[in-house]
Amino acid sequence: MIDTLRLTAEEANALLTRGEASSDEIYRVYLDAIGDRDPELHCYLHVCEHDPGEGIPIALKDVIGTKGIPTTAGSRILEGYTPVYDASVVTRLRSRGLRVLGKTNTDEFAMGSSTENSAYGPSRNPWDPSRVPGGSGGGSAAAVSAGLAPWALGSDTGGSIKQPSALCGNVGLRPTYGTVSRYGIVAFASSLDQVGPVARTVRDCAFLYSIVAGRDPCDTTTVELPQPVELPEADELGGLRIGVPRELNEAEGIEPGVAEAVRAAIARLEELGAEVEECSLPLSVEYGMPCYYLIAPAEASSNLARYDGVRYGHRADAAERLEMYERTREEGFGDEPKRRIMVGTYALSAGYYDAYYGQAQKVRTVIKREHDALFETFDALVSPTSPTVAFPLGARTADPLAMYLSDLLTIPSCMAGLPGLSIPCGLSEGLPVGLQLVGPQFAENMLFRIGHALEQAIGFDPVPERLR
Amino acid sequence: MAIDREQLLHVARLARLVLREDEVERLEGQLNDILEAVSKVSELDLSDVPPTSHPLEVVNVWEEDEPRPSLPVAEALANAPERDGDFFKVPPGGTA
Repeated sequence: MIDTLRLTAEEANALLTRGEASSDEIYRVYLDAIGDRDPELHCYLHVCEHDPGEGIPIALKDVIGTKGIPTTAGSRILEGYTPVYDASVVTRLRSRGLRVLGKTNTDEFAMGSSTENSAYGPSRNPWDPSRVPGGSGGGSAAAVSAGLAPWALGSDTGGSIKQPSALCGNVGLRPTYGTVSRYGIVAFASSLDQVGPVARTVRDCAFLYSIVAGRDPCDTTTVELPQPVELPEADELGGLRIGVPRELNEAEGIEPGVAEAVRAAIARLEELGAEVEECSLPLSVEYGMPCYYLIAPAEASSNLARYDGVRYGHRADAAERLEMYERTREEGFGDEPKRRIMVGTYALSAGYYDAYYGQAQKVRTVIKREHDALFETFDALVSPTSPTVAFPLGARTADPLAMYLSDLLTIPSCMAGLPGLSIPCGLSEGLPVGLQLVGPQFAENMLFRIGHALEQAIGFDPVPERLR
Repeated sequence: MAIDREQLLHVARLARLVLREDEVERLEGQLNDILEAVSKVSELDLSDVPPTSHPLEVVNVWEEDEPRPSLPVAEALANAPERDGDFFKVPPGGTA
């Protein structure tokens, strides 16, 4: 009997290899779990029922284009859109036999931190369904946490993989910018968007990363990995130097329970042999948020210009073309995309470009330099992933700026293009706390090594208490 | 820097968004709050700092110019809201 709440992807693969379960049986047992629990949690926007392949299943965030499978990005403007080609990451998954279970919920165009901006309604946190699963990739994180998929792919612009993984108690990697293809992914902010894995263990996360990472001729912003992905095994961290940036660990708004769980995990790092030392990112945290909320909306306003009702997606009835464009966008976009399109268009408009977008790009250089300087001393940086545990549905929807603060601690490293891994490190008020490890570019293997050793030492049970 | 109603409508027009009256009222307050928060970037004197447009040091990636199959017309038009033979069909007229 397969328990999807406990089965890791590695174990599912082993069942297949040893002939103890067929690919169809494994796929079916996840569909049954989805049938049981998804009506409450609403992790999926589309469930496949059937999908070819001879391997294990996977869930995909609904910004990832899938040939013949609807892809909406959580937006009404893409309702009914069915891609005619697979994203390159999907082609890679299919070449390894992986089978798509379905498309998971996301804030509209991945803009949000709770899935409450999805045009199709929010997902719920498997640890407490009155709370959000985080976002934008809340559907993927909640699905993995609730045993509705062994693993999943998400996308991350300012925290959309790491923050929901933290709030749902699983492992999420935002890879180094440029290591995973975005060909066939619905674009949000192209200088930031990255695709990455969500899983229940660090080893699964590393394995999924090894499948999707590498140069793609269809995406010229990708590069080959400088070294192959290594599945982590070590249970000690001797010789590693880990920095604890004050501003990321003492920021206003970090809940005491979150700070306490992270402090305990940092003590574990020392017990495992790592050298831990306080350090500082004086400008990155203070200026990261304003920098992000100029650059991301500016790029979004440009990327979302393609939704014009001409080639695909929603089209409004109108007698004239210009009116058709405007009414299509008025009807098709929800509040958050409209807000960001407005901020971005303003920041890029004549007379304001230098003061807003140009200045934000310079701040970005400062953020990158601050991080680079720390990596001359440290192998990795550690902090909470999210300032808070999962918050109640509706708690931040009325105030866009309050919602934006959910990503306060994930944004700086995203701006610098650096990899970040979130692993669960304990509970606060009965809800998971995520620990963020950030490394220099292409240091995923280092993050996996630290994450795996810490995961073994902490022994966190990723199955939500109410489902055990 | 604050954005007034007239500027807001101008920006909406640039972005091809027609906003309902209730949206204009709500957005005016929200956009001003957001712009006030992001204006913090102007506190720093960065006249000597170069901009970063992209975190990866990749410049001018050239590929061989080799033809390969592209999407068949029928597939490229599969999601068209309206078509006319092998063309996307749109309503006439309207000046920007």
